[in-house]
Amino acid sequence: MPYALCLVLFVIGLYAVATKRNLIKIVIGFIIMENAVNLLLIMLGYRLGGRAPILWQSTAGDAAEFARVAVDPLPQALVLTSIVISLGVTALMVAICLRVYERYGTFDISEIRRLRG
Amino acid sequence: MNWLIPYFVIVPLAGAFVVALIPRRRGWLADILANVCSVALLVAALVVCVRRLHGVCFVGGWAPPVGISMVLDGLAALMLLTIAVITLVSSIYAVQYMEQFTWKAKFYSLFLLMVAGMNGVVLAGDFFNLFVFLEIASISSYALVGYGCRHEELEATFKYLTLGNLGALFVLLGVAFIYGVSGTLNMADFSVRSAGTLNTAGLVALALLMIGFGLKAALVPMHAWLPDAHPAAPTPISAMLSGVFIKATGVYALLRVTNNVFPPMHVTQEVLLALGGASMVIGVFMAIGQWDLKRLLAYHSISQIGYVILGVALGTPLGILGGLFHLVNHAAFKSLLFLGAGAIEYRTGTRQLREMGGLRERMPVTAATTLIASLAISGVPPFNGFFSKLLIIWAAVEAGRHGYAVVAVIVSVMTIASFMKVQKYAFFGPLNPRWRDVREVPGLMRLALVFLALLCLLMSALVLPSVRAVILVPAVDALRAGTAYAGYLHGE
Repeated sequence: MPYALCLVLFVIGLYAVATKRNLIKIVIGFIIMENAVNLLLIMLGYRLGGRAPILWQSTAGDAAEFARVAVDPLPQALVLTSIVISLGVTALMVAICLRVYERYGTFDISEIRRLRG
Repeated sequence: MNWLIPYFVIVPLAGAFVVALIPRRRGWLADILANVCSVALLVAALVVCVRRLHGVCFVGGWAPPVGISMVLDGLAALMLLTIAVITLVSSIYAVQYMEQFTWKAKFYSLFLLMVAGMNGVVLAGDFFNLFVFLEIASISSYALVGYGCRHEELEATFKYLTLGNLGALFVLLGVAFIYGVSGTLNMADFSVRSAGTLNTAGLVALALLMIGFGLKAALVPMHAWLPDAHPAAPTPISAMLSGVFIKATGVYALLRVTNNVFPPMHVTQEVLLALGGASMVIGVFMAIGQWDLKRLLAYHSISQIGYVILGVALGTPLGILGGLFHLVNHAAFKSLLFLGAGAIEYRTGTRQLREMGGLRERMPVTAATTLIASLAISGVPPFNGFFSKLLIIWAAVEAGRHGYAVVAVIVSVMTIASFMKVQKYAFFGPLNPRWRDVREVPGLMRLALVFLALLCLLMSALVLPSVRAVILVPAVDALRAGTAYAGYLHGE
């Protein structure tokens, strides 16, 4: 069920990207999609009532027990990377939006379309 | 020699950061550094290809499936060599071409970052690093397309950014599905675990990855960004994007995933054949009506990538050979065509075919090299394009796909028609009086053009068995090996 909600979130973002005419709304659509994928990744490694996957000296002796209760740390590392990447992409998108606004004085893509499909 | 593998990423990445520190007035220092990096990469790629230094490097010493592995097999070596050649030519060309822009060091920094990303994609042994390197290459290419910051460049960048980012997100979603299904991200490990038992979620992951990489490769229903983005970029970048970028991040990744990671399936083969056929036909139909020279070339990129996908998707040894051969050939002649178009733009300031005319008299080197590239892309012997197209058509007939063979022949004829138009309007006919005082482009740009023109002729030799065995056959074997790719899991 939570997985399905992530996909719903992804589709909402996709809808925004595909139909909105405002550049900033398109950027927001991308942020929603990125977060949906990140949430899905985190959810894959989540375990109900699990503990943080940090190996202390007190728990070091019982590796099997630790592996059973700790959440999966790999997706967390992946999401960290993917958040940084999406930050870079978003910054670039906003920078280009600003330049477009300087040139055209509008964020509406239907008014700035010079290129043909 | 496995220690060498990460340096294909480290050298351009380090170069990018050092070049970024060079102050604005020391443009010549950036020129030297970027070209030294390109030469180093080319030498390393040649050594790897000729001596067949295939292998796998476990970064940090962690054995898979835990650590990060970088896999260098025949296909990766072929791609590395292609990338290195086009990188060197583009950076030589950029030395004088980029004088018209401010702050060359920033350009070279993004350029080297893009090369690092492409080399990383080619060498990545696990899905997540594939995604990360894909994004490194893509983000720097978005910035490079909009480098001039003029109207059409900004628009093209935004369009490219939107669709490219969408592709990357589909890839990331596919990676998430793969991790959810199998609990591993290592490609070789995944192909072992999913062997024979691919469930629905696995198929969804494959579909998502194919959409993502298809967007990067600009296969036909997903091609809308390419004809805007490639012409808008500065010329050396147009040559890089059309010559190697769509192949490294799109075609290579697509072929690797469908052939080596997921078990080869009938469905994926049919889908790839259909996508390849559609790209060939629609690309060439759109190209023939264009009057903007660079835009025309961009549509031809879509069409020629269709040939590559069609050839490899046939699945027969001959088809794969033809497809990969066409991939490297296309890198040579399409880069040359873009550099030629850039040379005309450099001297006349226009890309419109109707405004040109008779440039053969004023720019003999550009005219001659562009003519060679036009003959090569149209498939006229003895240039390289003829042999690869012949192999693909032959393979299609041999595989019983007569419809696709006929389509390939028709598209080839239309390609000739379209390039006859380019030659007629740009180079032949009476000289347009506006260009009476136009001069040939400066020396280094000429060097790049002549080098690629020679390559177009010499690469025909790749069809000879002894030459083929060194460069193409290892790549064909790598793709044909299918899920035996998993052998790299243990460093074999």
